[in-house]
Amino acid sequence: MIRLEHITKEFSSSDKKVIAVNDVSVHITKGEIYGIIGFSGAGKSTLVRCINLLEMPTSGKVYFGNQELTSAGEKELRLARQKMGMIFQQFNLLEQRNVLKNICYPLELAGVSKNDRIKRAKELLRLVDMEEKAKSYPSQLSGGQKQRVAIARALATNPEVLLCDEATSALDPITTRSILALLKRINEMFGVTIIIISHEMRVIEQVCDRVAVMSEGVIEEAGEVKEVFLNPKSETARRLILPDKDEAGSDAGRHSIRIAFDGQSSFEPVFATLVLESGIKLNILGANTENIGGKAFGQMLVEMPEELEKQDTVKRMLRKKGIHFVEGSDER
Amino acid sequence: MNLQMMELLADGIKETLYMTLVSTLIAYVIGIPLGVICFITDKNGICPGRIIHFVTGILINLLRSVPFLILLVAIIPLTRLIVGTTIGSTATIVPLVVAAAPYVARMVESSLKEVDAGVIEAAKSMGSSRLQIIYKVLLPEAKPSLLVGVLISMATILGYSAMAGFVGGGGLGAIAINYGYYRYQTDIMFVTVAFLVLIVQLFQELGIWVVNRIDKRSA
Ligand SMILES: Nc1ncnc2c1ncn2[C@@H]1O[C@H](COP(=O)(O)OP(=O)(O)OP(=O)(O)O)[C@@H](O)[C@H]1O
Ligand SMILES: [Mg+2]
Repeated sequence: MIRLEHITKEFSSSDKKVIAVNDVSVHITKGEIYGIIGFSGAGKSTLVRCINLLEMPTSGKVYFGNQELTSAGEKELRLARQKMGMIFQQFNLLEQRNVLKNICYPLELAGVSKNDRIKRAKELLRLVDMEEKAKSYPSQLSGGQKQRVAIARALATNPEVLLCDEATSALDPITTRSILALLKRINEMFGVTIIIISHEMRVIEQVCDRVAVMSEGVIEEAGEVKEVFLNPKSETARRLILPDKDEAGSDAGRHSIRIAFDGQSSFEPVFATLVLESGIKLNILGANTENIGGKAFGQMLVEMPEELEKQDTVKRMLRKKGIHFVEGSDER
Repeated sequence: MNLQMMELLADGIKETLYMTLVSTLIAYVIGIPLGVICFITDKNGICPGRIIHFVTGILINLLRSVPFLILLVAIIPLTRLIVGTTIGSTATIVPLVVAAAPYVARMVESSLKEVDAGVIEAAKSMGSSRLQIIYKVLLPEAKPSLLVGVLISMATILGYSAMAGFVGGGGLGAIAINYGYYRYQTDIMFVTVAFLVLIVQLFQELGIWVVNRIDKRSA
């Protein structure tokens, strides 16, 4: 669906040159939700902005389906952009237009007649559950509501791809979760390929199929989300997944497991019953979990007991509960 | 004050309003495109163009730096060419426009600068052409600020029009000068000044009311 080939983007100001993206190649397949994660300044935004050519790469090629965008004319590029929605951290709604008219905007560009525009906009408002706010102005909406409108607007022209640049970074955890659930639903209902940029692993973990870990303009590792998060190979990925692990990891020689909560279960009962049923004392070395609506998301590093049989008991119980974990992920 | 005097003042008010409104209108017809061009050709604009940006910038600054009274005299040949005379309110419109258009252009430019770059970016990402960005995003989003600019311009142009009374312009300014300055009838001068203040105040109040009604950011 989208192929980036050896994308490099340099910014040169008067005194120095910044290489924001350095020879990145990615292939995003149709219908998947692809995450790009990295710390601030890693070049994530620059990379997605290269996809719809808001930023012209210094070198490299961008393919959208079979079309090479980097060599497309202005008109072709505009038409291609109408097939690629984009949403932003700051929502970027037109402040002087009401919700309905905001959603109509891309339809106006596409030359849809007024009646059809309004019909389609109302349809979309229903999809994002904002029907009763049709006549409101952006300044009257909460952040989550604004993002719903932005999503509806981005979907108005039935795009094949939706680019999300830190779309949930200005929202609280519960709102974030509902927006992510909406994106997932859109992906399943319409088969829209979604690219999500975030610096938070819980965002990626909740909805993405595959993920690329980015640092200093380079993709350090990429793969299935479960794979990367349970068994991170790069330093950046480790730091993103367990921010406080540096201290925890200094206890060398200890045997530990990394448990992943993906929202299937709630954290408290799982851990409590584990300790109670096994009668084994477990020590949490580090955790990056979040309880959202009673469901746990995130990762936890747990110190295992010395005795092998106790270790087996714990692992068996975790498996029985269907909780993912990786052993001895402490190696460097 | 006698009836004749009141008629004189009524005519003065009419002429002043005529000069101010028509000049503001024409100044905006010229100033909006000029301001838009200046804004979009900026190096971070939607249509960067160094030379055009530079030339429009110079033109605007040049005209703005000439004091109005000097401009008034300097462009007399142009005024005569366009209107056929250099005396009266219609003739005054020419220097008023020449003085106000660059001023308006700068105000338009600064209003457009207030539009969130993210919104322009979003419009681009949806596949808007540059022209569509200008008339569907930039101008509508800047509308409240543009209107505030109109109010300020109108007050300024009104002030200029009074100055033009010195060199044969019409309106309240001419009355104040002819009666108050040359004939020492200070009472008439005070009355005209009071009217000038009143007109500015009226524009201002009305304008603020309109702006508050149409600005959806503070709804
Ligand atoms: N227009 C620009 N001009 C100059 N440098 C830029 C520009 N845009 C980005 N950069 C630089 O490129 C690098 C990558 O920036 P980018 O915005 O892509 O990072 P990011 O991963 O999205 O970070 P964040 O999580 O903070 O949004 C940074 O060093 C930034 O300073
Ligand atoms: Mg960014």
